[in-house]
Amino acid sequence: MENEVKLTKLAKCAGCGAKVGAGVLARLLGDMKVRRDPNLLVGFDKSDDASVYKVSDDLALVQTVDFFPPICDDPYTFGQIAATNALSDVYAMGGEPKLALNVMAVPKDMPPEAVHEILRGGYDKAYEAGAIITGGHSILDDEPKYGLAVTGFVHPDRVLTNSGARPGDVLLLTKPLGIGVLTTAAKVDLASAEGTALALRLMTTLNRAARDAMVKYRVHACTDVTGFSLLGHGLELAQGSDTELHLNVDAIDLLPEAVELARIGILPEGMYRNRAFAEPYVDAGDVALARQDVLYDPQTAGGLLIAVDPADADALYAELKGAVPSAQRIGTAEAYRGGKRIFLR
Amino acid sequence: MIDARGQSCPIPVVMVQEAVKKGNSPAELQVKVDAMVCVENITRYAASQGYAVTVDEADGEYTLTLKK
Repeated sequence: MENEVKLTKLAKCAGCGAKVGAGVLARLLGDMKVRRDPNLLVGFDKSDDASVYKVSDDLALVQTVDFFPPICDDPYTFGQIAATNALSDVYAMGGEPKLALNVMAVPKDMPPEAVHEILRGGYDKAYEAGAIITGGHSILDDEPKYGLAVTGFVHPDRVLTNSGARPGDVLLLTKPLGIGVLTTAAKVDLASAEGTALALRLMTTLNRAARDAMVKYRVHACTDVTGFSLLGHGLELAQGSDTELHLNVDAIDLLPEAVELARIGILPEGMYRNRAFAEPYVDAGDVALARQDVLYDPQTAGGLLIAVDPADADALYAELKGAVPSAQRIGTAEAYRGGKRIFLR
Repeated sequence: MIDARGQSCPIPVVMVQEAVKKGNSPAELQVKVDAMVCVENITRYAASQGYAVTVDEADGEYTLTLKK
């Protein structure tokens, strides 16, 4: 056991918690010249999950890249999680991943077997998604990092962005929240064995089933819930769609262990970044602080947040049940009245 | 005084948690940290254990006083 690598000991912050804050990112990109291209269907102007480029009338390319430092100690599991997370951005656009490139940083003294296991995890998930890994790039670094640059396909008329939600849409979510809190607790051995196992299972579950279900219905907007948390990604969706979100917190699957850990202050730094970014736009009502914290918790490889036409909501919800880790009907999008963008009830 | 400077979260909050357990919920406890996230996390922990918290900041370092 003692010569086994403890991957998270090599990383300063875990998984999507390592993300640059949404507000900081907007400032960094603020004065970049944006070159227009009529075939670029989705660029970075609305903070979407992936870019989409129309190749022909019935084919568009979906491109995305995502990588981060280890979020768990087992290299094979870390590889699976990083790949699941990267592939998710294509699913969130309604696309199907096809090609992937490894993006990797490794410390000089990391055992080659561990590096191999990370890659094997990535390959296995890519294959499960129906994609192939065709190459990649590795550099030496103090801290290990892994992820994928993914290319997928989607029909240009069937692209799902985070800016198409309409007033009256029903909001569905496909995985429970609290993954970031549990992985933070696991770093200091404060998470239960069951809690840790559950977080790992959630992070290695592809959003493929959720995507395959939703594309059959009138879905107006979609995003995956990752580093910016439900409320951060929800805010981007509300702003991009010029709507406001009304969330019923009792209907949101907050992992009970994560709420309990939040109550005793076991929270990742990313939670506070997400709070600083989104809180000015959130009316939290009388929702308890610990539950709010989990709504701001950065998720690694989280589920999809789907805005579906109310006429299709029952049918999609029924189909998601049993197909995804936790199907939840969490609220609605409404016409923006000015002021706050998200209302918690 | 618990010195948790230089420790990244959640280690400082774990140090406070251990001190509270070891001291059998002492009436007063002080901890020094150097990041706002640790202040927030320790404040949440303290509240959950029935402590009131005061925070003094000097030169980017924070001294938290927990009192029952």
